[in-house]
Parts: sequence; C-alpha cells; structure tokens
Amino acid sequence: MNESARTKSQVRLEALVEHLGAAFAEQGCEVIHQLDEATLVVPRERLPEVATRLRDGEAFQFDTLIDLCGIDYSTYGHSEWATTSASASGYGRGVEPDRAEQKAQRFAAVYHLLSVALNQRLRLRVYLEDEQPVVASVVEIWSVANWFEREAFDLYGILFDGHPDLRRILTDYGFIGHPFRKDFPLEGQVEMRYDPEQARVIYEPVELEPRILTPRVVREESRCLGEEDEQQDSSDA
Amino acid sequence: MPEIHNYTLNFGPQHPAAHGVLRLVLEMDGEVIERADPHIGLLHRATEKLAESKPYNHTIPYMDRLDYVSMMCNEHAYVRAIEWLLGVEVPERAQYIRTLFDEITRILNHLMWLGTHALDVGAMTVFLYAFREREDLMDCYEAVSGARLHAAYYRVGGVYRDLPDEMPRYEKNTFRSDSEIDQRNQARQGSLLDFIEDFSNRFPGLVDEYETLLTDNRIWKQRLVGIGVVSPERAMQLGFTGPMARGSGLAWDLRKKQPYAAYDKVDFDIPVGQNGDCYDRYLVRVEEMRQSNRIIQQCVRWLKENSGPVIVADHKVAPPNRVEMKQGMENLIHHFKLFTEGYCPPVGEVYAAVEAPKGEFGCYLVSDGSNKPYRLKIRAPGFPHMAAMNEMVKGHMLADVVAVIGTMDVVFGEIDR
Repeated sequence: MNESARTKSQVRLEALVEHLGAAFAEQGCEVIHQLDEATLVVPRERLPEVATRLRDGEAFQFDTLIDLCGIDYSTYGHSEWATTSASASGYGRGVEPDRAEQKAQRFAAVYHLLSVALNQRLRLRVYLEDEQPVVASVVEIWSVANWFEREAFDLYGILFDGHPDLRRILTDYGFIGHPFRKDFPLEGQVEMRYDPEQARVIYEPVELEPRILTPRVVREESRCLGEEDEQQDSSDA
Repeated sequence: MPEIHNYTLNFGPQHPAAHGVLRLVLEMDGEVIERADPHIGLLHRATEKLAESKPYNHTIPYMDRLDYVSMMCNEHAYVRAIEWLLGVEVPERAQYIRTLFDEITRILNHLMWLGTHALDVGAMTVFLYAFREREDLMDCYEAVSGARLHAAYYRVGGVYRDLPDEMPRYEKNTFRSDSEIDQRNQARQGSLLDFIEDFSNRFPGLVDEYETLLTDNRIWKQRLVGIGVVSPERAMQLGFTGPMARGSGLAWDLRKKQPYAAYDKVDFDIPVGQNGDCYDRYLVRVEEMRQSNRIIQQCVRWLKENSGPVIVADHKVAPPNRVEMKQGMENLIHHFKLFTEGYCPPVGEVYAAVEAPKGEFGCYLVSDGSNKPYRLKIRAPGFPHMAAMNEMVKGHMLADVVAVIGTMDVVFGEIDR
C-alpha cells in the first residue's frame, strides 16, 4: 500500500469515527478506533435502530453485511499452564500469571459491515448475556444475515429474534450442543461408527482423551521486548 | 381434473453436478422450482475451532484446505491478518511474489470453474483444455513449495523461500519418446520465472480457444443467458462479492479499492457485467483470466529485475535459516521458541480480506495476547453466494439449477469450513 492511499483511507476512517461518535453517543454506543479499524459497541436493545441508520445514513451507507459471527469470551486471557510457581528445580517458564480480565458478558455477536458506495468498513459488537444470549435479527436490514445468523445460532447458541428460519446449518442432523463454545471439547462428545450387529450407524461417547500439544501462554507482547528485557526474562527463569 | 401436488426432489449430496457435497432439497411444481433449500455442512471440519487450539503458524496449512482450488489466496488473507496484528512489514519482493501467485491461483481457480461449469452444462472439451493448462500452473506451485495443491507457501512476514532458479524437468522414461520429452522440457530450460513468462505468452491464445468453443456457442448461450439474474441492489443485499457482484454490474474489487500486496503497483482492469445473469458472470471471469495474465507479466518483469529478501529478518516470527541456526546460539533459541511456542501478538482484533478468485475472503482474528488465536472467523465468499441459491433458482427449470451452481463457483471446503 503506498503512502497516499494509506493516508487517504485513514482520513476516511477518522471522518467515519467522528460521525459515529456524533450520531450514536446518545444510544449508549462506544466507538473504538484501533489498528486502523473502527468498532462500534452497540447495546443489545439498540441494535435494529443503529443498524438501520448505519445502512441508510448519508455518512455511513453500509449497504453490505460482509460477515456475522459469534464469540465466546469465557476463557479470554486464560493460559493453559497447570502450575503457577517455578518447579522444584528452580526452572521457570517466564510466563505471566493469568490476567483473566473477565469480560462483563460471555457472548458477543460481531458484525462486519462494508460500504460499497463510500469504500469503508465498520465492525459492530453486541455483548449478550450468559444464560440465554438473544439479539434481534438483522435479516430485514441485510438479507445476507439469514445464513450467517443460522451459523452463529448453530455454533454458539445465540438466538436471533425475528429470524424467519432459525435452523442449524453446519452441524449434523440431530446434533446436540453448540460446538464453538469454549466449554465444548475439541474432540466432540459423540463418535459414530457402523455397528454390524445392529446393522446400522450408531453414536457412542467419544473415546479420545483431550490433550494439549502446545500450551496456550500469554506473554506481554514478547515481540516488542528489547534485548535487555529478554535477558532479564532468562535470568529470572 | 386430477389434483396436482408439488413434490420434493432431493439433489445430492452424491451428485456430480453438486460440486462436492451439496444437498439440495427442491420443491418442484412440475419441472419448475418453487423453493430450493440447500443443506450444507457435510464437509464441516471446524477449522476455526481447530485454529483456536494451535499456535498461529500451525493454521496456515489448514487455509489451503478451505477453498481447495484457490489455495494461496486463503493463506494470503490469514497471514495478512496476523501481520496486521503484529505490525510486520512484508519485504517488497515478497509482496510481488504474493501478487504473482495470487494471480496464478486466480487463473487456476477460474480454469477449474470454467471446465466444470462447461462440463455440467454439457461441453466436454473445455474441461480437458482447462485441465491441461492447470497442470502447468500446478507445476509452478510445486516448484516453489513442493506441493501441487496444498502449498503452505505464504508465511507470516513473507513467503517460505525465494523462487527457484531452475524449473524441474521431465526425466527420460520408457513411456514416451525422447523427442516428446525434449519438447515438453522446452519451456523448462530456465528458471521458474522463465517458465511462467512462457506460459503467460501462450495463455491469451489459449483463452481465445476456450472462447471459440463457448462465447458464441448457441447451446452455451441458451443455457446461460437470462438464467439466475441478480440486480446490483440485490447483489449488495445478498452479500455478493467478487465475480458474482461484478457480473451484476457492481464495480467492486478489493485489489483496486483497498489494495494490498503489490496491487497498487501493477496495471490491470476490472471487468464488470451488465445483466447479472450467468452469461455475464462467465464473461467477467474469462476477462479476469486475461487481466490476471497481464498482472503476472508485470510481476515477472519486476521480479526478474529486482532481488531482495522474501521474508522478514525478525526471528520472532520467521525462522532463521538453517546455517545460522546451526552456528549461533541465539538463532537456535529463536528457532526453538518459534516452533515450540510461536509468538504472541498483542491484544486486539483485525479483519483482513483479500480478493480471492471467488470473492472477498476474509479472516477475523481476535488475539487475547497468547500464542494461539482466541477466535478466528473465516469469511468465505461462497457462503453468502450459496445462501442466495433459493432466490436465484426460484421459477427456473430443474436443469437451470446446475447452471446456477456452476456459475456460483461453489467449493464446499470454504462454505462448510
């Protein structure tokens, strides 16, 4: 990307952020401008109203919904190291303890909007409650949301109020559970095989043991550490 | 008068025109389609969930397996998302190599689409022609990465290695005469770039061949003109991108509008359709192949004249080379850390998209500061296209379903993920 193109898109983005702040502050929306992208955090009840204005507003014209997905924030910032202190041999790992900054709410629906007319993008995030996440459907606003919402329902169990046909889409017929939630094991819960005695396909509880090959570790931006910091890390260890 | 009922027809998942594992439940009134309900997910492998359990680099090969006919474009979106999070600047030569291979991938994909689309509609020859050219392009893939399909060639910070100076040649064997092998090896005497240059000189003539067979072919036009018409407004509402949107008359291409890699430094045009039917989408894709060829020629020229690194020297994200690794303690540590633990991008989230052959392929990546993605959402272009199936085929005849599936260029690796 050459410099002039970058600055041009940055200028557009700054203008968009300004417009968003002016238009949606009273709805309780929060604008985040990070990594050359704009995110609008929308309160759950306000979504249909905000989305309609984003589509029709002169300064926004988000005519396309590019993507819609769910997120489960329940293990955000957790690491998979079992021990917190150095082991008996005095050999540590240089890993920060968990900084599990628990998000206030477990689930979120994330919308990526694109304006073909104005060539700009925006991300909407709606936090949803833990027990039964429900949010208004945007199928009426962007037709493309139909299958995306079915997918988020299937994988995360987020209900979209007003959706015309909220069925599972990616998982098997008769599947139980919402597989992309963080408490759903990677191995799954059932496995399927052909049983010659009953002469049909049967489901059984999965036999695979869950195991972690590379543990998840959270480091303070190790990339950005200078030489001295690294040496200190290794002497600490 | 006997009472006439609608009846339901099951199409696929084991049907040669279903392009993989599409199951389509069609409600028919005679031979006219009242409602089409695609059942997808038969190839769902939970790529996004798997990515959450692996360090960032380990997911690059999974990207090849999403849209398995445009492999490197998928990798491009993913590595671009990580580079964005990390703030890594990719060397210019790597940018050009990526542009070159994105366009090779686009031709690979469009040849596959053209061959199978024509085959579905009843033209056999184009299929054979298209696969002949795909062989050459997959040899390019093999020359740089060692794999014909699942390349894993793009890495965070650049590409795996520089383009080879020598193109592999056919060996003498007992199945073919020496003169035939010499003829096959004629274009392979020089480097990979020479081979690609030779291909790009031949390719416009080959596209003319396909067009001779199809563009004015009466049967082809009867099957495609006026089928699956989508207006530009509906195309936006339905989330169409790529040739599907351009066929409807939307002049939208990320390579021009939100340029990445070296696309702002090469010269090419964006074909746009007028009627939004299958025939216009065919014309758009054929013209895209010619434009891709132009980009390839410019990239080859640049790459021949300029040399430089193809991956960043930052060993936190890119491994040191073998010799350095064997000789220096620090490099050994970097190598070990990179391959056992990976790197931890700062907390944040990005959505990086590329113009894949089928449309906008994007990766939404959320990092919580650990060495594995917290959430990866893959925005596959085929997913919204498939979702529009019902709207596109309603009122058409059963045989047109096949033409519409063909024109969507569906690949279930990316739709089901």
